[in-house]
Amino acid sequence: MGSLIASRAAIGDAFLTTLFLAGVSGVLSLLLGTLLAALRVSPYAPLRTVATVYTEFLRNTPLTIVFFFYVFVTPSMGFTFGYKTAAITALTCYTSAFVAEAVRSGINSVAVGQAEAARSLGMSFSQNLSLVVLPQAFRTAIPPLISVLIALVKNTSVAGAFSVLELFALSKRLTNVHSADVIAILIGIALCYLVICIPLGRLAAAMERKVAFAR
Amino acid sequence: MSLTRRLFLTTTAGSAAVLTLAACGGSSDSGDEVADVDPSSFEKGSTMAKLADAGKITIGTKFDQPLFGQAGPDGDPVGFDVEIGKMVAAALGIKPDGIEWTETVTANREPFIENGQVDIVVATYTINDERKKVVDFAGPYYVAGQALMVKKGDDAIGGPDDLKDTNVCSVEGSTPAQNIEDNYPDAKLVTFDTYSKCVTALNNGQADSVTTDNVILAGFVKADEDKLQMVDKGKTFTKEPYGIGLKKDDDDFRAFINDTLQKAYDDGSWAKAWESTAGQVLPTPEPPTIDKY
Repeated sequence: MGSLIASRAAIGDAFLTTLFLAGVSGVLSLLLGTLLAALRVSPYAPLRTVATVYTEFLRNTPLTIVFFFYVFVTPSMGFTFGYKTAAITALTCYTSAFVAEAVRSGINSVAVGQAEAARSLGMSFSQNLSLVVLPQAFRTAIPPLISVLIALVKNTSVAGAFSVLELFALSKRLTNVHSADVIAILIGIALCYLVICIPLGRLAAAMERKVAFAR
Repeated sequence: MSLTRRLFLTTTAGSAAVLTLAACGGSSDSGDEVADVDPSSFEKGSTMAKLADAGKITIGTKFDQPLFGQAGPDGDPVGFDVEIGKMVAAALGIKPDGIEWTETVTANREPFIENGQVDIVVATYTINDERKKVVDFAGPYYVAGQALMVKKGDDAIGGPDDLKDTNVCSVEGSTPAQNIEDNYPDAKLVTFDTYSKCVTALNNGQADSVTTDNVILAGFVKADEDKLQMVDKGKTFTKEPYGIGLKKDDDDFRAFINDTLQKAYDDGSWAKAWESTAGQVLPTPEPPTIDKY
């Protein structure tokens, strides 16, 4: 217990790093994922293909390999990212594929009549999507989206293996220095993740209640 | 007729395989013959008596440390740590197949010893005061030290004092990484979860050097002598005495392991174990003095 208190400053820093990684890549992957979902329902076939290939490729690749690509492969192609940038890029690419699928399931839940009605009013594809379909799609997509974001928070721990000192990497550092206190340190680190993830779950429940509608 | 013939062929092929296996086993294991030890020769109730009676011992070691403890495709680890473990077992009259190898990583060595999930830990386990608060150590049976590895032909780094403003790679949560963090704050520490990633980073130019215990670096240099080299012929700048971890305050058992090690130093079996494992890459050192604290 003592070693946890002694290293609270380091834990605080690592906690903020984890939060930063999850926050930035969370926002970016929500944007990119929504765009991908839009591409997948677009009337133009090549766009659908691009989005499908991207989603299937990244959704079915282990996250470590995506990290490996941005940390070790791109430098040999001439692009060197900082380690945090590489981590955010890898997490965003990976998570956006899951976001795209969640949003697409939401889009599919919107009755076809809605899109048809919008089209018959003369709305363009983008108006149709942004004004009519997506707002309804997000209501249904909230629970799976929050699950994706919670998974993202925990996935940030992979960055610890690629030179970013976040909570998981710090736990390794601390357990080596304070080897008499391993269990307490690991419990402390696990609690830090709970502090991020449990409010996310609560937030999801609150948002669901707020946007709930009778069908 | 054809059935008999087929059966005959299978049997010969089978026995040939067994013979080959036996031949392999004989050449790599020096500790296969275990002298009979009478369990009642140990003091009643002592750890030695308990283990010798059971004819079984659980030993924790690393499964990913080349030359010391690395698990092969069959799951059994090989290396110098493993040979040391076999020596301790043999002194208790336990044959190698009575040893259960358990993987211990840096973070779980102390909990495994404290909870009794393993009887002893032989896992490139550096003896230090922080660890002595919760476990006891027999040995050391080897003294490693932190060294540096660079790209072949790179002479810009001649020792730890040249690390200023260069990228030094090591594994997160390892003692060498902590040493750089604490004592060479001008160096830019880059940490991954495995040393092989550090080697990739070194080859890519993302790191200027890799640092950890000399024995680990030696394994990488050996594997790729065209691209990698040790700084200053592998000169070490710390001392990492590797000990055998056991339950705290089991003084009789600790004394017993220390005596076993001393015997192995004296009769040459320690050197033999070294030469058949890590000695393929590193010169055979003098056995270290045992610390009977």
